[in-house]
Amino acid sequence: MKPKALVLQARGSNRDLDVMDALTLAGADPTGVPLNELRMNNTLFRNFNLLVLPGGFSYADALGAGKLLALDLASYFVEEISAFVESGKPVIGICNGFQALVKSGILPGEGTKEERSKKDSSITLTFNQHGHFECRWINLKPVSKKCIWTKDLSERITCPIAHGEGNFQTTELFPISSFIEQDQIALAYINSDGSLANGEYPNNPNGSILDIAGICNPQGNVLGLMPHPENHIHTWQHPRHTRGETGGSGLKLFENGVKYAKQV
Amino acid sequence: MPVYKFIIQFTHHNPKSTYYLNEAHALGFHALRKIHVQDLYFIEGQLSQDNCKQLALKLLTDPVTQSALWMETSTPPSPPQPDTVILEVSLRPGVTDPVAEQIVRAAHELGFDGVQRAATGQRFILNFNEANNESAFANKLAKQLLANPVIQHWTIGDITPSFPQETESSGAVEIIPIRNLSEAELLTLSKDRRSALDLAEMKAIQEYYCKEQRDPTDVEFETIAQTWSEHCGHKTFKAKVDVESSSGNYQIDSIIKTYLKSATDKINAPWVISAFVDNAGIIDFDDEFEVSFKAETHNHPSAIEPFGGANTGVGGVIRDVLGVSAKPIANTDILCFGPQDMNPDTLPEGVLHPRRIQSGVVAGVQDYGNKIGIPTVNGAILYDEGYTANPLVFCGCVGLAPKGKHVRTPLKGDRVIVLGGRTGRDGLRGATFSSMTMDAQTGEVAGASVQIGDPITEKGLIDVITRARDLGLYNAITDCGAGGLSSAAGEMASTIGADIELAQVRLKYAGLAPWEIWLSEAQERMVLAVSSENISALQKLCDTFNTELTDIGEFTGTTRLVVRYKDQIVLDLENEFLHEGIPQRQLRAVISDQLSVSSEQLLASNDLVDVKENLLKLLSSPNIASKSHVIRIYDHEVQGGTVVKPLTGVEADAPSDAAVIKPIGTKRMKGIVLSNGINPEYGKRDAYKMAWSVIDESIRNAVAVGADPDRIAILDNFCWGDPLRPETMGSLVEACRGCHDAALFYGTPFISGKDSLNNEYLGADGQRHAIPPTLLISAIGIIHDVNTAVTMDLKAAGNIVYLLGGLELSSISRQLVPDVHKQTPQIYRALHQAIQNGLVKSCHDLSEGGLAVAAAEMCIGGRLGMELQFEEAVLFIEVNGCLLVEVALENVSEFENQFAELPFNKIGIVTTDQSLKLGNEEISVEELVRAFNTYNL
Repeated sequence: MKPKALVLQARGSNRDLDVMDALTLAGADPTGVPLNELRMNNTLFRNFNLLVLPGGFSYADALGAGKLLALDLASYFVEEISAFVESGKPVIGICNGFQALVKSGILPGEGTKEERSKKDSSITLTFNQHGHFECRWINLKPVSKKCIWTKDLSERITCPIAHGEGNFQTTELFPISSFIEQDQIALAYINSDGSLANGEYPNNPNGSILDIAGICNPQGNVLGLMPHPENHIHTWQHPRHTRGETGGSGLKLFENGVKYAKQV
Repeated sequence: MPVYKFIIQFTHHNPKSTYYLNEAHALGFHALRKIHVQDLYFIEGQLSQDNCKQLALKLLTDPVTQSALWMETSTPPSPPQPDTVILEVSLRPGVTDPVAEQIVRAAHELGFDGVQRAATGQRFILNFNEANNESAFANKLAKQLLANPVIQHWTIGDITPSFPQETESSGAVEIIPIRNLSEAELLTLSKDRRSALDLAEMKAIQEYYCKEQRDPTDVEFETIAQTWSEHCGHKTFKAKVDVESSSGNYQIDSIIKTYLKSATDKINAPWVISAFVDNAGIIDFDDEFEVSFKAETHNHPSAIEPFGGANTGVGGVIRDVLGVSAKPIANTDILCFGPQDMNPDTLPEGVLHPRRIQSGVVAGVQDYGNKIGIPTVNGAILYDEGYTANPLVFCGCVGLAPKGKHVRTPLKGDRVIVLGGRTGRDGLRGATFSSMTMDAQTGEVAGASVQIGDPITEKGLIDVITRARDLGLYNAITDCGAGGLSSAAGEMASTIGADIELAQVRLKYAGLAPWEIWLSEAQERMVLAVSSENISALQKLCDTFNTELTDIGEFTGTTRLVVRYKDQIVLDLENEFLHEGIPQRQLRAVISDQLSVSSEQLLASNDLVDVKENLLKLLSSPNIASKSHVIRIYDHEVQGGTVVKPLTGVEADAPSDAAVIKPIGTKRMKGIVLSNGINPEYGKRDAYKMAWSVIDESIRNAVAVGADPDRIAILDNFCWGDPLRPETMGSLVEACRGCHDAALFYGTPFISGKDSLNNEYLGADGQRHAIPPTLLISAIGIIHDVNTAVTMDLKAAGNIVYLLGGLELSSISRQLVPDVHKQTPQIYRALHQAIQNGLVKSCHDLSEGGLAVAAAEMCIGGRLGMELQFEEAVLFIEVNGCLLVEVALENVSEFENQFAELPFNKIGIVTTDQSLKLGNEEISVEELVRAFNTYNL
């Protein structure tokens, strides 16, 4: 049986088809479901083994990227998504999906749902350090051994970023060290030699602290990331494919998630 | 009702503040020491302190990086600090404010039902180095950088926000007496209503109403003016032209028919599915799909409001592609601006600084393309003083559709359905506005012509229409562009008639007069002909994708277009008169034996002293230097199909010749190639040969990455000055003749085109400033297997470099615009064969800066060196039909065999040492990279 993936199409999602292509190649059976259809039938969540919040510009980024989609998630699907997460099924939010996961508190996902709803966010994805949208290919190191999407990935992922608000920051009070201890840093921006980008532009394209490109929740089943591995699933997508470099390194991440979805 | 003002400030670094400070200094505002930008939100409603706190926290701020202050607007302002000016900016009434709409919607979603209305703004805290007339300084800064009076107002201190005006609904229709007007009075009427109609046209209208024995309503007059505008009616391209030239006089009946369409007809390519008929040209792709392509200009709106103008330019061309039932899959943008370093004090009155125009236009392209999720994959930016007051913004869009699914015929009884955005006063008289010369007042008078885009609403249209197409829910479709409903519904009804009720049209705010509803160019609307039984299925799709559907009338099967407002008939016109009644224009063209540049000057520019110095100077010149700072803020990867990206090479910082796209959802390895050709410098010298050159350039670029030269189609976009000036018309005629001859020469058909004339600015000094005659050719080609695509970066040391094409100094250097070698099509075919056989490692065309610049760019791409043997005098000469090709040693003889009988030269070798060797000169790749990246951060 192919795991069934729910790709949530919000108003302004635009990499939904891209990620569906990646999921199909990775062995899943994806369905794009518009948010309004889910609102009319929120039991639909139960029919799926994997949840995807794709990239895009939900609500045109009004009032901050992902903010209004996060509000929708909290207003309409808080129970369904909590149940999905708690059941241990894999969840991935890419770019705008990551922003929504962060702004709704599903990531970093400490404590109980009640605790999270009372607390102000301690992390955010804010404007890129250079102050503008940027599209470029970057290299990622899979870090977390806990995250079901990145564990067992030994090789780097090369893929594009395309965002204006991907700068991962925390409040001063936020214990970033616990983040490392909890193994919640899933993906980090690296230099071409494999060393951490160390905040240096452009290998760290947005100024994120600790070169964070993606994080997971404490259980490891929810991954949020700014880059777009779904745009590097074919060899010919590699920016240097005409130089003989092998492409497709984004696919592995999805294969990991799909493999895991089969086991839950 | 109380209004609360929320001031949002960054506790973290705010990149916007840095941006504004840098821009202010670049514009010469050196007395500005610091600038601090804050966001403003105004919320009207009954709100408690706690409500305000919750709204600030949950909706208006990012608590990690921002903090909020709020107060009732009736609170007296705090006294200003010394050396500090606070300037507040907000939108003018009637300007669409999508964020404000979201605030109200989201506040209700959060349960704050007391929220009534919202508005947004910006607050600038300005600090000065010295205290000296700060208010005047701040006002000047606001005008030049912080605000645009066309859409915004500002004040020093506290601003009063404007909420959408609630006025009484208006059914007012004016009758315009026309039957008894004298010729002079007719012209006055045309001018007063800014209709841009000439005497013959006004007389044709007069005659029609004499026949009808009544006078027109304002709705009718405005409808005729729009339908007959240059923008919608292409009067110049259809005119009868008397041409005077030194080789004799002749007459042409329509340059579009004589030159452009006839070239396509003569070529008669079986893979052209639709040319010059639909909203976009359509060619065959594979067994399953067809591909459409269209490019539009949005020049005048971009001149007065660069962000909104470019933004809606992109939105408009996307709707052209939706109008042929296709899914938009790629965007292109070619931009022409004045010099970025221009002294602000030398600008004509009422003209924005080219730097500001560029940043606004680029931001507008970025905003629409990125948000709607269409990759921007090909483009160009050109600088010329002639574009200072008249920037050019060309927006292109490619669509993909299953074959045979585009329907075009409304049936009697079909409903007239409007999908998408609501109608406001935006863009009134846009079509006639774009057909006029601009002057210092244009910005103010035509303020209403500025439209504001909403890409997310248009994304909803894509979702609905592509599904409705697959379900067969409509019988015809067209986009609402210039002229709004009058043009869209009017055109659809041209063969079948319609009866329309304007009171049904959903409005952004009340108070619009019937003619305003009918003519509004509010964005993101499409008109469909839908049979009654399909309405509910379409409505369901619309509900799913948050798209509004409005039924405004019926296709009647008559010969008349009837428009009502409630019980009143406000328009009742014979279709034949509206669509065919326009008298053919009679124009005079003089083809001058021109030469605005002397050949001595040309030769002098090629007379080099120092090769290295000249090469580095060229690489860092605005027209050649890297545009990566712009390219990178466009998403060129969304939809996952970008095979050859706009930037390429080891460090992805070298310029690709063309883009290659493999559309998502297609089964085989076929791809689409997109490229362009444009050369205003040649346009100034010889319009006929310029046309040849830019057609060659677009084809050359496409072939360089792997397109099949026998499967390329092209679009024309002419941007010219006032065609009533015989010399201007003469160069337009010559450019069209060049298009015809070159298209036949290559066997490359035109599939669509567009003209934008009257690109002139009448300065306060009484001088007319016209743009250089500018022809953009956008090419769309097919590559049979995207795995054979070639990029321009050098691949490996030891490989041989060939120069393809005839680069003979003797024949070139005496010409103002280079010729095209007679074997060029054969060269391109041979090159394509070599690419398909895997013999080509890299390939790059010679364009601006000639051989030396092409070689340098290839070195930058591959971070490898090159050693060239050449005749020094040809190094920087600009030619047509030439490319550099890198071939592996083992393929040399096979490659050379492909080119037997064709002009080519083995001229160099790729080297491991990181330098470009040109004779005795040696320039390190690092120096090349640095020069090329002059304008990047």
